[in-house]
Amino acid sequence: MSEYNVLIVEDSPTMRQLIAFALKRIRGVRIVEANDGVDGLKKLSAERFDLILTDINMPIMDGLKLVSLVRNDANYKNIPIVVITTEGAQEDRERALTLGANDYITKPIQPTKILEVAKGLLRIV
Amino acid sequence: MQKDDDRLTSRGEEFLQVFKKGAEFTQDLMRENERLRYRLLELEKTPSPGGGDPPAQEVRRLSERIADLEAEKQEILDRIRQVEEENHDFAARYLEIEDENNNLANLYIASYQLHSTLDFCEVLQIITEIIINLIGAEEFAILLLDEKSDELQAVATEGVEREQIPVVRLGKGVIGQVAQSGENHFVSDVDDYQRDFLSPMVCIPLKIKEHVIGVLAIYKLLVQKKEFAPVDYELFTLLAGHAATAIFSSRLYSDSERKLSTIQGFIDLLTK
Repeated sequence: MSEYNVLIVEDSPTMRQLIAFALKRIRGVRIVEANDGVDGLKKLSAERFDLILTDINMPIMDGLKLVSLVRNDANYKNIPIVVITTEGAQEDRERALTLGANDYITKPIQPTKILEVAKGLLRIV
Repeated sequence: MQKDDDRLTSRGEEFLQVFKKGAEFTQDLMRENERLRYRLLELEKTPSPGGGDPPAQEVRRLSERIADLEAEKQEILDRIRQVEEENHDFAARYLEIEDENNNLANLYIASYQLHSTLDFCEVLQIITEIIINLIGAEEFAILLLDEKSDELQAVATEGVEREQIPVVRLGKGVIGQVAQSGENHFVSDVDDYQRDFLSPMVCIPLKIKEHVIGVLAIYKLLVQKKEFAPVDYELFTLLAGHAATAIFSSRLYSDSERKLSTIQGFIDLLTK
């Protein structure tokens, strides 16, 4: 039985692998991967998640739309969301946070940063 | 007269009685005095636990013990200081190892992804992802060398249109020289760099052993990427070798698939 279920929504397999590598250092973590926002919502409906990490720029449904849908759904609205994107501009950060994202990580990805943010939102000391 | 004599005798006896009692009392006092003097001498000979001066031998023994304990205390303090220094070293080493671990993970993932497909377009896509996600470049191009014309032409770009990247002859300009020499090119100051499609800030030859098949040219880094980290140079080295192999293999595979399809078409024509 996993202690923490984490959903990674990212179209790039390289990024998914890199994020998963960082998160696997958390004891008892189970990772589920989704290719885009639609796939992410499908996976969300199948089981309970403790954290969502999503890219912004994705085909079919982008990360901002996913954040908005999750925050407006009574079943998922309390799941912490971390947005990962190439955009470092303040306005993108603010947009994601306004829509309901809990935190924001910019590329290039640092595994230590992912781990730090995930641990904080999962309330792991 | 007789009466006076009797009174005098009686008073003399009374005086004598008093004198005897005084003598007895004095003797008692002298005995008590003697006893107390003897007791005092005894007490002076016996060392008292609560007070008085301890014998010199005991003082020396205690002084030596104090000196030993002081030395031991100093030794323990030195050891604590040494352990604290070691702890600092271990903490610093832990961070270094953590960094190395992350860097190795980046390199492993890049290498794993590069060799995960034989599709030419997918290989280019993976190289693009590595450059964006692991190195943090915003504008770049992958140019491949046409060995018949000795020209380098962009096959994939990010942040710029492919048409914006000029065709470069082998040996000409920074890109041509990198392709000819097989040596990496980095500008000395990333901050001062002005975009020039013929002279990128970073130009890495894509090599199979010493054979250059193309170059990677970077023109702009992501806004939050201020400078190159040591792992970036490792990634460039990895890209130079593994990306070249992956591109070369996928091109060979695509060509062979195309030829196989053509041959199969001929066979089908002949056998029908």
